[in-house]
Amino acid sequence: MSLESYSLRYALSVSLKRELLLAARQKSELFNPLLFFLVVVIFIPLGITPDKIFLAKLAPGMIWVFALLATLLSLESLFKADFEDGSLEQMLVSPLSLSWIVGVKVFCHWLLTGVPLTLLAPVLGIMLFLPADAYIGLMISLFIGTACLSLIGAIGAALTVSLRRGGLVLSLIVMPLYVPILIFGADTVNNLAQGLPYIFSLLILGVFFFLALLGAPFASAGALRISVTA
Amino acid sequence: MSLLRFDEFTCWRSDESLFNPVNFNLNAGEIVQVVGPNGAGKTTLLRCLCGLYDDYQGDIFWQNSPWRSRFYDFAQSLLYLGHNPGVKKSLTAAENLQWYTGIQKGIAAQLRIEQALAEVGLEEYTNTLCQEMSAGQLRRVALARLYASDRPLWVLDEPFTAIDIAGVSRLEQQLQKHVAQGGTVLLTTHQALAIEKVKNLTLEPCFDEVLLES
Repeated sequence: MSLESYSLRYALSVSLKRELLLAARQKSELFNPLLFFLVVVIFIPLGITPDKIFLAKLAPGMIWVFALLATLLSLESLFKADFEDGSLEQMLVSPLSLSWIVGVKVFCHWLLTGVPLTLLAPVLGIMLFLPADAYIGLMISLFIGTACLSLIGAIGAALTVSLRRGGLVLSLIVMPLYVPILIFGADTVNNLAQGLPYIFSLLILGVFFFLALLGAPFASAGALRISVTA
Repeated sequence: MSLLRFDEFTCWRSDESLFNPVNFNLNAGEIVQVVGPNGAGKTTLLRCLCGLYDDYQGDIFWQNSPWRSRFYDFAQSLLYLGHNPGVKKSLTAAENLQWYTGIQKGIAAQLRIEQALAEVGLEEYTNTLCQEMSAGQLRRVALARLYASDRPLWVLDEPFTAIDIAGVSRLEQQLQKHVAQGGTVLLTTHQALAIEKVKNLTLEPCFDEVLLES
């Protein structure tokens, strides 16, 4: 193995370790989106109706919408701390490509937000009487979908990192890009619940994922550079 | 040999140039102190050199070619220490240093990290979370990078902030050792340096616009 690729691997593993350590030592940020997700979904039967059939129809869309909002809630802090304490400057100055560092950060964000949301979703499905056939689709679509949400959200977070109250602007930037993911994600679960073919919407979600994976790290890196140098 | 050459170089902020254009030549093995009053643009100049600020005029030549066109090579020989040094408070001193050397594409053995921390007087604090440290100790964690890295060009913005007298003289020794080994240092400080042969890069604030307005 060449020294160059070895040092790249080392740099990536060190970045990964740092992100996970930071997350492990700031647990409240980790649980905030999950708690939001849980609480909101618990409130739906209380606030709307406990009617089984009605809730079952509502469930796929509701779970998806709140998973999306929970992700959005956690996005603002993605680059904020690094921007404020100067770590971001060190990342920009380093010869390691910023896209790699962003990639690692987004992966950790998904691992610590998207994956727990996916794992929590079936529990909430039970609360909302989601039909039994739809669980596997719910998990798969959320697994891919939340990765898209993290990737695309990173672009918005990077663009707004230097703003003092960037949360609102971040939502405005990211929301239109989240619409197709929400539509096809919820569609997958709905189709499964009604026994219709679902593979088409799942495939489209997969295409979105690959597009986001190819584009988002570079776009976020560029946006971060602009935010720091401006 | 000329390592860095500033050619009619000036930085701009909101459509005004911060200082009169500078022409300056920096050779390997020199310590250069950027001097000028507050607001003259010392920090901006250093940030601009490190690619963290983009509003500039003129050019800087790195080994005789424009530095932005060879920024990757330039970045590989650069160690930058800014006002906010990027020390994470919820990591330990050693974890901070390991991350830093890692993203600089260096591979730091645990031993070297411990040595670097010992050099800045933090041998007792290797595994202490940085949030339990004082401002001076936090600064020392950042300064430990000077001992853990092999970079030839050091760009240091106010490295002496919050450092005690003994620490300052040790840091000065380290700077001298670095240039004796062929390294180069570009720094800003308001302290008088107890180092011989320091070149000054003086920034004169640009007052033209202000005069016109009054």
